Amino acid sequence: MLVGHQPKEFLLAVEALTVSFDGFKAVNDLSFYVEENEIRVIIGPNGAGKTTVLDLICGKTRATSGSIQFRGQELTKLKENQIVQAGVGRKFQTPSIYDDLTVFENLEISFPRGRTVFGALTFTRDAIVRDRVHEVAEMIFLKDRLNVNAELLSHGQKQWLEIGMLLIQDPELLMLDEPVAGMSVSERVKTAELLNRIIKDRSVLVIEHDMKFVEDIAHKVTVLHQGQILSEGTMEHVKNDPKVIEVYLGH
Amino acid sequence: MTDNRFVNRSELIGILLLAAFLVVILPLCLDVFRLNLVAKYLTYAFVALGLVICWGYGGILSLGQGVFFGLGGYCMAMFLKLEASSVENTKIQSTPGIPDFMDWNQITSLPLFWKPFHSLGFTIVAIVLVPGLFALIIGAAMFKRRVGGTYFAIITQAVAAILTILIVGQQGYTGGINGMTDLRTLKGWDIRPDHAKIVLYFFEVGCLFVCIFIAQFIRHSKLGRILVAMRDKEDRVRFSGYSVANFKIFAFCVAAIFAAIGGAMFALNVGFMSPSFVGIVPSIEMVIYTAVGGRLSILGAVYGALLVNFAKTSLSESFPELWLFGLGGLFIAVVLAFPNGLAGIWSDYVEPQFVRLITSRKSKPVDGWTEKSVADGAPAE
Repeated sequence: MLVGHQPKEFLLAVEALTVSFDGFKAVNDLSFYVEENEIRVIIGPNGAGKTTVLDLICGKTRATSGSIQFRGQELTKLKENQIVQAGVGRKFQTPSIYDDLTVFENLEISFPRGRTVFGALTFTRDAIVRDRVHEVAEMIFLKDRLNVNAELLSHGQKQWLEIGMLLIQDPELLMLDEPVAGMSVSERVKTAELLNRIIKDRSVLVIEHDMKFVEDIAHKVTVLHQGQILSEGTMEHVKNDPKVIEVYLGH
Repeated sequence: MTDNRFVNRSELIGILLLAAFLVVILPLCLDVFRLNLVAKYLTYAFVALGLVICWGYGGILSLGQGVFFGLGGYCMAMFLKLEASSVENTKIQSTPGIPDFMDWNQITSLPLFWKPFHSLGFTIVAIVLVPGLFALIIGAAMFKRRVGGTYFAIITQAVAAILTILIVGQQGYTGGINGMTDLRTLKGWDIRPDHAKIVLYFFEVGCLFVCIFIAQFIRHSKLGRILVAMRDKEDRVRFSGYSVANFKIFAFCVAAIFAAIGGAMFALNVGFMSPSFVGIVPSIEMVIYTAVGGRLSILGAVYGALLVNFAKTSLSESFPELWLFGLGGLFIAVVLAFPNGLAGIWSDYVEPQFVRLITSRKSKPVDGWTEKSVADGAPAE
């Protein structure tokens, strides 16, 4: 299946992707395609290679073979920061924010301007930056906490802050690794609401274990097992797939 | 809103206090000999300042700043040595017009790499560029390959050791273990008499403040915040679209150039340069100055360099063999008890007392002051 032969251009086309760590194939001949404005959720048992797939797309791990095309651009050859600049944003599993900086500064660093050494030296905090930071802070429920050091935030707020840092980057593909893990029920509801709001005009790739949450947001679900696709389709389809019930949902 | 100017009010007060201390109080209270000692201590303040940017903010521990201090110092010393080795000053040598140590080592003509150091303009450029480029090469080689932390520190130690061995070994070109001594004049102006020492002291203080302002500018720019962010979550910075290696290289180069300016000041103020300021031990001492002053505090670095060196002079006069133990003990004590050094003691204990004094006089204490100072205080000083 070649991208060129498709009637529709995919935003992300992962083809025959394989990575092996000392002979162990964490991801094995994996192919999947993400469309524009699609929310794709990847589920699967522990060790299925879900996080590794995100690592491969964002360049944290290098593929042994295969290709990752993003808007026709080959990502496997780019450096991490070039992949970000191409329009791929990634949220890590544990909240990855800058504890020693304020919420404002955390968001400001992710604002896509002044990313070179010289650009960072001459960066000025003008009205555009301020407005955008305030706008995003409002979305992520942190507008009252802009001047608070990020380390003083609660776990859920840290997760939101990191989502906000990605939002301000304005990526075309947003990858989220377990965005609601460790959150309280009310925080989950707010996060789902937040995600539903931010997915406009972009595609989202989410890893999540919380089935209720997956059902709420997913357009399409990919089930990974031992580095390979076990099943793919709507949540309804995947839920009733006997293979999936056998290895994952049944437990 | 967070302050975006490059000096805020409390920092400006700190800078003015330091200026008053260095420009007015010390010159009035000390004789020329002691003032010249302060000038020597202050050369290390440049190094400590660079380490604040590189180590304190960027989290890159370099145990090889002596290398850059030495490169800057040697560049300056080469110029001064050439001027001191004019044909009439050296007419008793078998080859007049070359530095004395070359003559002793049977070198009969000035080596090629020495020749440009006849020019003061070239020398000044070299003081900045030679260490800057060297740091760029080391930095690019290490950080592009993601070598960091302890490994980087060890490699900088190795570089310091290599450079010392090189300088000592190439006696004919470098003056060997004795270094470059008997430096006399700068463009015909004698740097040895008392009035010259005083002028050089003020010149050095001026340069120090220029460096302090550059450091302040970097710290308050977005680059300064990226350095802090990198120290904390390197991957997050990388996956926010920044080339982490380039920012590390920048911080390392700035630290190298500051150290080199300090080295050049050393050659001018002290009147000689030797490999004993290049190697592993002096490089580690430089880190201790920064740690004692507070590795996150630009002004703390200056006080740290002054205080530790003052202690070194006074203690090593009375207990020469105990001094190094004292220095080691001091480092351990600071790391364990006051990880933010003198600046930390100041901002945690002294400043709150001041604030309490001032606010208690005002009729209405400002609400939210404590919360804000906690939030501001943690990343800064």
